[in-house]
This record gives sequence, structure tokens and C-alpha cells, in this order.
Amino acid sequence: MASIDSALEPILARYGREPSALLQILRDAQEACDWISPTVRAEVARALDIPATQIDCLTRFYAHLYDEPRGRYRVLFSDNITDRMADAPALMARMLEQFGLEPGEVSPDGLLSIATTSCTGMCDQGPALLVNNRAVTRMTPERIDAISALIRARAPLDDWPSHFFEVHDNIRRADILLGATCASGEAIRAALARGRDGMFAEMKKSNLRGRGGAGFTTAVKWEACRDAPGEARFVICNADEGEPGTFKDRVLLQSYAGRVFEGMAIAGYVTGANKGFLYLRGEYSYLRAPLEAKLAEMRRENLLGDAICGDAGFSFDIMIHMGAGAYICGEETALIESLEGKAGKPRIRPPFPATYGYLGQPTVVNNVETLCKATEIAIQGGAFYAGQGTQQSTGTKILSVSGDCERPGLYEYPFGVSIAQVLEDCGAEDAFAVQIGGAAGNCLAPHEFDRCIAFEDVPTAGAFMVFGQGRDMFETALNFANFFEHESCGFCTPCRVGTAIVARMMNKIDAGHGARYELNELNRLDVLLRTSSHCGLGQSATMALRDMMQKFAPAFERRLSLKDFEPGFDLDAALAEARALTGRDDEAAHLGADS
Amino acid sequence: MNAPFPPRAKKRLKIATATLGGCFGCHMSLLDMDERFLDLAKLVDFDRSPLTDLKHCGPCDIGLIEGAVCNAENVHVLREFRAQCRTLIAVGACAINGGLPAQRNPLDLSDLMRKVYCDRVDDTAQIPDDPELPLMLDKVYPIHEIVRIDYLIPGCPPSADALWKFLTDLIEGRTPRLDYAHFRFD
Repeated sequence: MASIDSALEPILARYGREPSALLQILRDAQEACDWISPTVRAEVARALDIPATQIDCLTRFYAHLYDEPRGRYRVLFSDNITDRMADAPALMARMLEQFGLEPGEVSPDGLLSIATTSCTGMCDQGPALLVNNRAVTRMTPERIDAISALIRARAPLDDWPSHFFEVHDNIRRADILLGATCASGEAIRAALARGRDGMFAEMKKSNLRGRGGAGFTTAVKWEACRDAPGEARFVICNADEGEPGTFKDRVLLQSYAGRVFEGMAIAGYVTGANKGFLYLRGEYSYLRAPLEAKLAEMRRENLLGDAICGDAGFSFDIMIHMGAGAYICGEETALIESLEGKAGKPRIRPPFPATYGYLGQPTVVNNVETLCKATEIAIQGGAFYAGQGTQQSTGTKILSVSGDCERPGLYEYPFGVSIAQVLEDCGAEDAFAVQIGGAAGNCLAPHEFDRCIAFEDVPTAGAFMVFGQGRDMFETALNFANFFEHESCGFCTPCRVGTAIVARMMNKIDAGHGARYELNELNRLDVLLRTSSHCGLGQSATMALRDMMQKFAPAFERRLSLKDFEPGFDLDAALAEARALTGRDDEAAHLGADS
Repeated sequence: MNAPFPPRAKKRLKIATATLGGCFGCHMSLLDMDERFLDLAKLVDFDRSPLTDLKHCGPCDIGLIEGAVCNAENVHVLREFRAQCRTLIAVGACAINGGLPAQRNPLDLSDLMRKVYCDRVDDTAQIPDDPELPLMLDKVYPIHEIVRIDYLIPGCPPSADALWKFLTDLIEGRTPRLDYAHFRFD
């Protein structure tokens, strides 16, 4: 007990016993105590003066919070389709075998558990895994063996070879953002020189659209926030990069953090906000320390804090808030809920965050890349920016390329680049399919490779997963179906139940029990989810499935049963227990196949 | 030469109904149509149903199934209906989701049977093994997990209005459509 108190006290103190910091407190408590035990739960509830059920609400919602012991080492294999294509399941099986464990099982000595987690954003250097929230990349059988030995030796993570944790940028094509070198503070000073209205005018001229996927015009969002009545305004940088196959924000935060933070400050300057949050996904925990260091450096340079660059009327500072394994928190209102210390369930919109966001105040939520773009506009002006890309999609876009290609990594292009061009550049001319925009995006077949990356043609937040010849697109559709079932927040019925039925039918087809009936039902569910889900998650959960069923139909058809319909389980086996109980084995005690 | 549109005798549709593991509440709702039941009888003939007491189902246009699949006999009845009915409809909460009977699903079947049949004072207590009795399935299943289902009518039970609307839609050739009031229960 004393040890738990002494572990929790500094954590509670760090967050001022503030109930709205509950998620951060639980994350840190888990890091200290390995899980949210009943004692930790009771202690935190008492200290914050909140009902313990409020804690349960979070531990059950966030995948990376545990209300039962998961071992001292919690190994989670990234389960994106790109990890799978790079043999992650075999690597996981190897490790499970070494410890004699089943997936999700905790070893009897409490040493470790091994399970899977949604895409960890290391697709260009996978297969990847997380050990206690630290990312390990480029897994090989040898690396599995080394990790198993370290775990057996109970070696602290800090003593593990540092190259295990190396995360490379892999920038393959740089354009105006990734290729530019700009001095620290240059963008903020340029914005200050333009003045609040001047900077806003340039944003408007640039026609910059959000890079998180939805493509909303950034200036319109900033204007709505600026003009909305409120006691305070906030700027949130959405770095909950959870879309499977996307990893550009990770590189921007690792190597261009100054640009991101300056972009946030500029958004604060234009909208009148003086507080910003970086919502960082839990999988990127390793970035936290360098990002905090960068913030401290910027404060020293007077690029953050009070009277920034000597402008007495401009103060702005940034706090980092960590996620805990919930894809839905990339949806802006779910993110705000999470930021307020609650389960990340999307709010009903309108009102939109621009008028009613964090703590009910006007709030701008922008993607990491969008904010970097604001710094370009500050420095070069809106007209320069609007001159690049296409008419409705100005500027450049960073693509996260992964899968079956010779050179996975980041590719920055002006909007309007063709799929074929990207494939040629990354060394995948012979691609079988490309999944654009992540699991919630579109799947394109070769006859569509002349289409362009742009909001007016193929929109994307940046994911570009390549599938080579011989790949089975059913496997991808199945992986996505399981992903969405897991990540649905459960708030609305069409998505909660719909994603579960889709996953169940896909697994039934995979087991060889599916018929044309299931394909018809999947098409019907696609329409239902798309038209009646509460938020973008449900609305887009079957987009890739629909594309794959249409464009790669044989992958589905070859798995179908010859029958019109068959149960997904063995009916005769379902009578076995009753047979044993009654000692019967007569004809009526069996169920043959349906004729 | 034939007339371009030779008159066709209007075919009378055949309907069959059955209850699997259920309470007959959905059938009671069918009777609750009151005088409209006579109108229905003008439009259709009834094949196997508790109303006719026929034990087997011949070729039918519409089959209505109430109740969940709890035992081997339920499976046989359901298979017969699927084989004979062009359109098969899951009626009510038990048929659609397992409903009340599915409340036994979290329980262990052996524990359950022993509690019911053996935890008694008389010493002849045993789990019945008469071949006449259908064996229990390990779990209670909704009917769509056993056979293909074409439509479902929600409710516990669906109201007589809902059943009337659904059936007349089907009979008259409209895709059945229930208005919100038909499945609003609070």
C-alpha cells in the first residue's frame, strides 16, 4: 500500500489532482504500477474526488489502459495489414511459442503478455511492436529472440539496445515542406509582420484545406473560431495519427516539430487563442520527451510564452496530452472529449468545435501537416501557396507509402500527382492494388492508377498502402473489418452493431462457411453503416470493403460455400454436450447437414 | 392467336407459421388483428400453423417463424420451413436475437440440466434420456444463424398492426415497410 501511495503521489501532484486530467493520470499510474489495480483505482478516485466508475469508464474504453494485470512486459504486435504482409503473425507465433503462451494470456509468473494492437504507425519500417508503449521497429526472428531473452532477464527497457527503438524518417521525396530549411521562429516572425488580419488574409488566399482527410478549408475554420463568442479560445493539434497506413505526422513531429509548434502559435495569433494542446497518440510516446525539450527551447527563445517575439498582445503556450490507444480519438470531437479526461466518444455536431470545443469554448482542431502548411503560408504568402497543386487542392501533400514497394517512406508531391507516378517513384510499377486513405479509404485497382491525389479526385489523409501481385485482397478486407469492430466507440447502434456483424460475416466467409447471402448482406450493411452512423468512423468503415468486393470479387467468391447458406458453426457438435448428459447416440440425437 | 395479355387467375398465396423456442406471443399478436384476420383469410390460405394444426409444411409462399432455436427439433422445423417457403420471415425478438430463451446462454448446459432434473429429494432423479425428447443445443441461436432469412419483423411481440402492414405489403407486392410507430415500444 505504501509503495502504491508513494508511486501515485507525484503523479497526482503533477496534474494538480485535476479530474479533467484523469486520462493522463491513469496513463502515468499504469506506467508506474503496470496496471490500474483496484487499489490504484480507489486511490485515484479518492484523490480526485470522483466516482470510481468514472475510472472504469476510461480503463474499458482505452485499449492501452488495463483493469487487470497484463504482466510487467506488455508486448503488443502492430496488426495493420502491412505488418501482416511483412510476416508479423509468424513473428508473434514465434514469441508466443518461446514463452508457451496464447495471445492475450499473461504468463503465470506475471512476467509478460503478448497480444496485438491496431496499426502503430511504423508501416514503412515494420513489422513493429510496442513494449510498454515503446515502439520497436524492423522486427526479425533474431530480434524476437533477443527481446525474449531481455524479457526473461527482466532487463529494464532503458537497458535494451537503443537501435531496437530507432525510428527512421525515410523521406524519399521532399518538396516545399520537407525540403525547406527555415530558421527557428522565422514563421512566427513572418506572421507577426503581417499582423493578425494580414496573416488571416494570406490564409484565405492560400485556400489551404485540412490535411487530416476531411479537407475543410482551414481559413474558414480559423475565422469561425476567431469570431465566435467565448471566454477563451484553444488551438488543438491533432496528432492522434491512428489511420492504418499513415505515419507522416510521426516524421513531422520527430524532425519538424518546430514547424508544427510555430503553426499552432500562428493559429493562436490569428484566432486569439493563447493555449494550445498537442494530442499525441499513445503509440508515439517515445516522441514526448524530445517534444517537451523542443517546447522548452521555444519558450527560451520567446517563441512561446508571454509577449512572443516582443509582441505584448500575443501570448501562447502549448501542452502535450497523450492518448491511450483509441482510433476514434482522431475524430475531432472525440479528441476533445478525451482531452477533457473522458472516454473519446464523438459529440453531436453542430455545434462544431470552432464555436463549442474544448471546455465549451471556441476551438480550432487542425492536423499536424495542416499546421506546418500555415508556417509556409506565413513565410511565402498565400498567393505563392495557391499557385501549387490543383485548383481545389492547393499546395503539396505528404504521402505515407508502405506495403509491397521497394522504397517505403514519405513522399511529398504537389496535389494532382497520379497514382501511377507515386508507384513508379516508390518502386511498385507492377502493383495489384493500392489502398489510399487508410482502412477508412478507397481501394484502387490498376485501371484507376491514372487517377490523381486531390480532394477533387482521390482524397487522402496520406496513407498509401501498396499491394503486390499475388496478394489476397480478402485478407486486407478481413483485417480492416476486425479493426473497425475493435475501434468502434460503441456510442451509436449502426456502427457498434454494424461493424460487429461485418466482422462476424467476414470471419465466417474466411472459415469457409460464407455464401452469396453473406456478400449480399455485406453490401446492405455497407449502405446502412454509411448512411446512418453517427460519425466518420462508421460512415467510412465499409468503404474499402465495398471497393474490394467490387474490384477484387474473385478473392471473395473463391471462399464461398457451394450451398445457398450454411451455419457458421457445426450444428451436430452443438448437441454433443446434451448427448453426453443423456447418454444418447440414437439417430434423433444427431443433426446431419441441411439437405 | 393469343390475346396480348391473357388474363391470369390471381394466385392465392399460402402462409405457414410456427413457434420454435418462444411463448406464442407473436401468434397471439397475429390473432390480435381481430376482424382483419377474416380479410387476411380471404387473401391467403394457411398451411402448417397452430391455427390449422397441420404437422408438416407443404410448398408455401410465406413462412413466419416465432421463437429461437433451442433444440434439435427446432432445427428440423426451421429447415422444413426454409425448404418449403419462398419467403421466410423471423418474427419477434426471440427469432431475431434469441430473446428470452437465450438468457440461458451464459449458463453451462450440464449445470443447468443437473439443477433442473437432479437436485431433487427423490432418488430417481436423472436427466431424461427418452429418444422422444429433442436434445438441447449448447446455446440458443437466433434463426438467421441456422438458415437464410429473408425478412424480420421486430417486436416482443410485434403489434397486430405491424404484422398486418407487413403481410399486406408482401401479399400486394410492395417491399414491406414498417413505419416508426410500428416498432416504437416506449
